[in-house]
Parts: sequence; structure tokens; C-alpha cells
Amino acid sequence: MLRRLHNVPGLFAALFISVLALSGVVLAIYPAVDRAEAVSVSTSQISALDLAVRVVQNHPQVEQIRHTASGKVIVFYFENGRSVSLIVDPENGQSVTDYVPSGIERWVTNLHRSLFLGDGGRIAVGAGALALLLLTISGLQMTARRMGGWHRIFHRARGTGMQRLHVDLGRSVVFGLMFSSVTALYLVLATFEVIPDGMSQGPVFPSEVNGGPTMRVDQIGALHSVGLAELRELTFPYPGDLTDVFSIKTAKGEGFIDQATGQFLVWQDHGLALRIYEFIYMLHTGQGLWWWGLILGATVLFIPVMGLTGFFVWWRRRHSYQRPKQNIAVCAADTIILIGSESGSSWAFAGTLHNALTAAGHKVHCGSLSSFKSDYASAERMFILAATHGDGTVPESAKGFLSRVKLLATPPPFSVTILGFGDRQFPKFCRYAKDVSETLAKMGWKTLLPFATIDRQSAQEFARWGRNLSQVMGENFALVHKPIRPKCTTLTLHSRSDYGAETQAPTAILRFLLPERGPAARLIGRALPRFSAGDLVSILPPNSDVPRDYSLASSRNEGMLEICVRKHPDGLCSTHLHDLQPGDTTQAFIKRNLGFRPAPGRKSVILIGAGTGVGPLAGFIRDNTSLRPMHLYFGVRDRTSDFLYGDDFDKWLADKRLTSLNTASSRAPDHSYVQDRLLQDADHLRVLIAKGAQIMVCGGRDMAAGVLEALNDVLAPIGMEPATLKIQGRYLEDVY
Amino acid sequence: MKSPLAALTIATTLALPSLAMAGPVTLSTEMNSYGGDGAYLVLYVTDAEGAYIGTLWMSGGKSKYYSHLSDWTRASGGNLQEINGITGASVGAGATLNVTLELADALFEAGYELHIDSSVEDMRDVPSEIVVPLTVEGAGQAVTGSRYIKSFTYDR
Repeated sequence: MLRRLHNVPGLFAALFISVLALSGVVLAIYPAVDRAEAVSVSTSQISALDLAVRVVQNHPQVEQIRHTASGKVIVFYFENGRSVSLIVDPENGQSVTDYVPSGIERWVTNLHRSLFLGDGGRIAVGAGALALLLLTISGLQMTARRMGGWHRIFHRARGTGMQRLHVDLGRSVVFGLMFSSVTALYLVLATFEVIPDGMSQGPVFPSEVNGGPTMRVDQIGALHSVGLAELRELTFPYPGDLTDVFSIKTAKGEGFIDQATGQFLVWQDHGLALRIYEFIYMLHTGQGLWWWGLILGATVLFIPVMGLTGFFVWWRRRHSYQRPKQNIAVCAADTIILIGSESGSSWAFAGTLHNALTAAGHKVHCGSLSSFKSDYASAERMFILAATHGDGTVPESAKGFLSRVKLLATPPPFSVTILGFGDRQFPKFCRYAKDVSETLAKMGWKTLLPFATIDRQSAQEFARWGRNLSQVMGENFALVHKPIRPKCTTLTLHSRSDYGAETQAPTAILRFLLPERGPAARLIGRALPRFSAGDLVSILPPNSDVPRDYSLASSRNEGMLEICVRKHPDGLCSTHLHDLQPGDTTQAFIKRNLGFRPAPGRKSVILIGAGTGVGPLAGFIRDNTSLRPMHLYFGVRDRTSDFLYGDDFDKWLADKRLTSLNTASSRAPDHSYVQDRLLQDADHLRVLIAKGAQIMVCGGRDMAAGVLEALNDVLAPIGMEPATLKIQGRYLEDVY
Repeated sequence: MKSPLAALTIATTLALPSLAMAGPVTLSTEMNSYGGDGAYLVLYVTDAEGAYIGTLWMSGGKSKYYSHLSDWTRASGGNLQEINGITGASVGAGATLNVTLELADALFEAGYELHIDSSVEDMRDVPSEIVVPLTVEGAGQAVTGSRYIKSFTYDR
């Protein structure tokens, strides 16, 4: 619901709001320009009386003096039937230049507030402001949800580059956007007099005046008490009309002054409504507060960017959808697939499962988890595909599922299989799916396959799960998930370094040449996009539709694409890569993985890796030209056999790109693992982490679990824990 | 723009002169290209001493800006009942406002004056930009305004 609210008005309104925003940016500049143009004087020294006397000396026909919010003093009068408007210097009353209001400013103002469409346009603009407010609030709520609660709203954003850009930008401009939209709504409502602005409640013109002869201007004592800073407008009486008066408006109020006595006849302070209106008007326009206008204008400038990034995020999610071709009715289906997901990706996986099972002759029904019923007449098996993002709360399309399940008196006759989707970068990976699995197990539901998870939409993990499934079901099908992905690029192997033959773990560092790339090729998507160490490259082995992801150990500006690959006995892709000789080619595309990067700055980085997991870590060290402290903990089998990057490390230690290297060998006499090294080095680590060091772990799942446990022990004495660091983005894992 | 209500308003406020005779009068106000937003205009009648008699037409929809039509506000007390049913949109630069209404014959050649106050956003207010005596001879004679109004004519 939240997402729909954010999407629908977002898509419709983004363009419209962008027009309002950009025109607003232009208008935000004017107060500062006006300010710069105004004659700068210290207004505290000058009274309205001084000003009036000086103006009358220079322009005896003066009818009105106006003092604008930006500090300009404008004098109006008629001369030979011609209307004259002059900007004058309040120090001496002499004219500086003609006053000509900017036609462009007026044009942009009319576009901004009414689209040149009068009151109808004003209503449309008000609707735009309301849409912006709704987008801002729902966006903030979605961010809070994604980050795992309001208290974490300013923590490091995770997700794809576009998502992070959208969230990061959004968080930095959110207050400006809320401010602009709320004040805009107020102004629209005030224009239509829905909210009183107190403008029509000025003082009543005095019915009686002294009627005596007109005093000289310098004798109008009432003006003495008014400083130029607060003066807004002074209107002189008609010459010869003894019943007329001086009318004066100031920041505090307005009134009338008797031309024969020089004293106030009427004075009225501004009412609360008018004071509020003027204050909000100033805050929205920046007129009279030029620097604020510039700040607001700068934040609003990002609205089109927010719209664009938001659109791309939506577009990508939308195109990861693959709805099943034929959906059988619930009562007739033998296989039920229920999906609980905030996004389309799990639906796409469900679609693959649906199509494979349908092809295998099953009658499959696909629906949302929230559509769960207590009665499935012909069902023999049920699959629950549940995604979790953010803080592990219940996905929108799974609402009410668990409470309805708990009402069942007995478990159903059919079996259930639960598959969780998530991202290991998030602290509560697959939490909801786990909750479902535990609840159903407690209630005695039969399972076909044990609970399994898919990390970051890995087609490979899904295919593996599919193989298990086809085995258990005794049927022959494969789950070939084809997410919409970028076009593959052909990579040519340049060189390779081989390790680990002696330890029966052949491992290779492969370096590929980047294909020819010009700006045009990049524009049409023919060349590899920008990448750096920590990103992923998806390799598509021959005769397979399922790409495998490898962590990159180099960045594009090194001119080389480097990965570490260990050969798995039955691994289709690793065998293919290990068979490559210089000059051979493979198909690949880049997947950005911005969540796994050293944070910018000078703080220490603790790199922990084992086996091929050292690849991206080596890439970070090679990129460390700023020579920030980097400490590497590296687990190998045997230093003489699979010590990847061994020579490079010596070089990097020598030129200070690497500060310290700690190696553990599991085949050495002490049988040590990288976590043992961490425990041995606990004092040093505590100091580093207490000073704000960041931890980056890359390697196998078991190693990562061992490292987590070890660091838990290391940090316990200083009252910190890895879980907190993870939330702060100071503990990053790239695990496979 | 034929406004029977205008006639009614005038009729009720002008109870003094004999109202036996009345005829249609067209008030035509042509604006200059003054380079601003639509002008607020108010057309009203005073006696020779400047005492307010009644309003003929108000161009401009938002009553909160009427205080900028300061002579009219001063004369009429800014009473919105005075313009009930005889308001229209503000008049753009270069445009012409034509208002036709029934006006009592007794208003002519009796010292009454027709005033137009004008006001444009962010530009100066011009109270009584037009002041023209209502006479038989004056009908059809164009009068020039000082700021926003290029010419004003009343035709009987």
C-alpha cells in the first residue's frame, strides 16, 4: 500500500512537480539578486521621517514610497500625466535607476503558482504540492521500513546504486521538500481564503480629520517613530485634499496619519493571521530572507533527480516481473504457490517455478500469501516463497497469513516447502520466511524440502534448489530462472596465475581484457559499465542459462577485469573458467554491489578473507593509493600452495598500501583458521574498532560465521557487538 | 456583459433622483500594455463633492486585494454588499473591459462623476485613475488614464 501510494502519485506527478520545482528554483534566486542590487545602507539609522524628507526634497510630486522585502526603496509619482517609478538611495533620496519589475520573474511566478491558468491552475499547483507532501511522507516511511525502523533512518542505505542514490538524496532533501510543500499548500489555501490571511482586515479610514492646513513633511512627527527597517509603504495625501491623510504600512501594522497634526489618527497592529501569512510567505519565497531562499531552492533542485531515480527504480522492479502464463483455479490445483513479497522479484521466481511444474504436467495455482485459505481441495503440495527486506517485517502481500494459519485445528494433508528470498547484507536476512517455517514446523506441517534461502536473487541458488526439488518429487524438470539482465559482453582471457594444485583445490586468478570501448559503445550498452573491486561479474558458461556471480578483484580504470575462481569438481562454470587459456573468451555482465565498499575516509579497514574471498580485498588494497591503514587477515590451506597474491602482498606491504598481513594456514602444523588469528590479535583489533575501523569479510559461508563468532568474542570486553556494527554499515560481508 | 443586477444596485442606492427613465449604457475600458498581471478595476459613481453614490462594476475576484483600490475602499467603506453580483475577472494588459448596464438618466448632467480605481500586483496602485463627469455630451468621448488605462468611454 505504501509502495503503491509512493509509485502512483510519484509517476503521475513527478513531471508536473518537476516543473513547479524548477520554476521555484528560478524564483529562489531573485531575492538574493534583488538583495545584491539594493543600495546597501544601515537601515537602523534612518527613520521613515528622514526618508520622507529626503524623497520630498528630490521628488516633490511623490505619491508613494515603498520599501521592498529585499531592501529596495521605490518612489512613485506622476509627472506630466506620466507614471514614474524610481529606485532611490535612502541615504540621500536621489534616484538610482528606474524601477522596472522583471518580466521574466513575473512569467515564472505565474507558471509556478497557476500555470497561467488562473484559479484552476492554482488548484492544480496545490494538488501538486499535496502530491509532493504525500511522496515525501510515504518515501520517508518506506525508507524507515527498509532501514529497519525509524531510529535507523539515517543509517547507511543498502541496495542497488540507483536505490541508494534515491534514498540518500531523499534523506538529505526531505526537510526542504516537506517545508516547501507544506508552505505551498498553506499559500494556496490562503489565496482561496480557506485559511484566513488577515489581509482584508486593515484599519478603517478615519471619518474625521483635523482639516487644518497641511504640515511640512519634516513636521509629521508620527513618522519619526518608524524605522526604515520596518517601513513597508507610505502613501502621501492628495495635494489639496484636506480630508486626506498619510497612509502607512509597516512590518508591525498599518495606520493613518493626520496631515494637519502629524499624529496618528488610526493605528492597528497586524492581526495574528496576517503575521502568520507574512512569515510563511517569507519562508516559502525567501523574499526578505534571501539565504533561506537559496537553501530551499537548492534542495528543491533535486526534485527532478528524485523523480528520475525513482522512475528507474520502479522501471527495474517492474521489468523483473514474469507472471505465470496459465493460472489454475485454487480448488482444481494440485500445486499451490503462495508468494509474500514487497517487490516483483519473488513473483518472477514463482513464475519460473510455476512454468516448470506446469510443463511437468501439474496443475499449478499461484497467489499471494495473504490470499491463504483454510481449504485447498485438490492440493498435494504447497510452496511458500517469502521475501524479506529491511527489518524483517511482514511483506505486504503476506499480511494476515500467520494469524490465519494459527487458527487451523490440524495441519493440512499436503506438504509444504518454504523458500526465503533476501539479501545477506541486511541484518535480518530472510527473517519472515524463517518465522513462517518455524511456525509451520511447530504446528506439525509436513515438509517436502527443508527450509532454504536465496541470496540476492541468485539464479544459481534457485537452480540448485530446483534440482533438489525435482529429485524429491521424482520428476525431471529444471528451474532455469532468467531474470531480465543486461546484455552480455565478450571477455578475452589475458593471463592467469594458478595456485592450489598441491592441496587438491585448484584456484586461479584470471585476468580478462576489457573489450574496446568508446563513449558511443558505452551509451548503447555495448561496453562494460564502470565497475570496481567488490562489484560482481556474472559469467554465463556455455550451454547454460544460469549466470554465476564472482566478486571482482579489480576496477575498470585498471584496464583489466580480475577474478579469483576455485575449481569445484562438478562446477559447470568454474570448470569452464579453469579451462580457459589466454585468448579464449567468455560471456559476462557486471552487477554493481555498492554495499561492499570501504567507506570513504581515512579510518582503518580490517579486511578478513579466506580462499578466493581474498580477491576483492586484494582489489581494495591495490586501489589504496591514499595509503589509509588496511589490515588483512587471510586464511589459506597451505602457504606454499594456495597463497593467492603472495608476491603482491609483499610489494603492497613495502609501499604501505597494506599495513599488516596476518595469515592462517589450515594445513600447517598448527591447523589455524583466520578466526584463530583474529582471537590472537584481539587487543589490536579492539583498539582499531574502538577508533572507528570498518570490517569487511569475504569468503565462504562457514568462514563468515566463524569470523562473526570470533569478533563477537573479541568485541565483548569493550561492550560492542558485530550486529551493531552491521547496522552502522561498519561490518560488511560478501558471502557465498 | 449585461448586468441587470448592476442596474438594481444603482437603482437602490440612487433612490434620490427620479428613476422613471433609465437606459443602457456601455462602459468600455481599454488597458495599456503595462507589462504586468491582470489589473483589478472598480468603476463607481460619486457626487460632485466626492461622496459615494454606488458601484457599477468590480473586476477582480479576490476581496482581500480590494484594499488596494483605496479611493473606492475609502468611499464605500469596502462593503462587499456593494458589489454583490457585479464582479468579474481582473483585466489583462492590453485587454478591453466592456460592461453594459441600465443607468438612470438622472445621473447625467447632474454633477455626478464616474471613477475608476486600478491596481496591479507588485506595481503601484492608482486610485481614481479615471475621474469623468457624467454628461450627455461626454458620451462617446474617450478619456485617457494615467497609468494602466489607455482609454475609457461611456456610450448611451
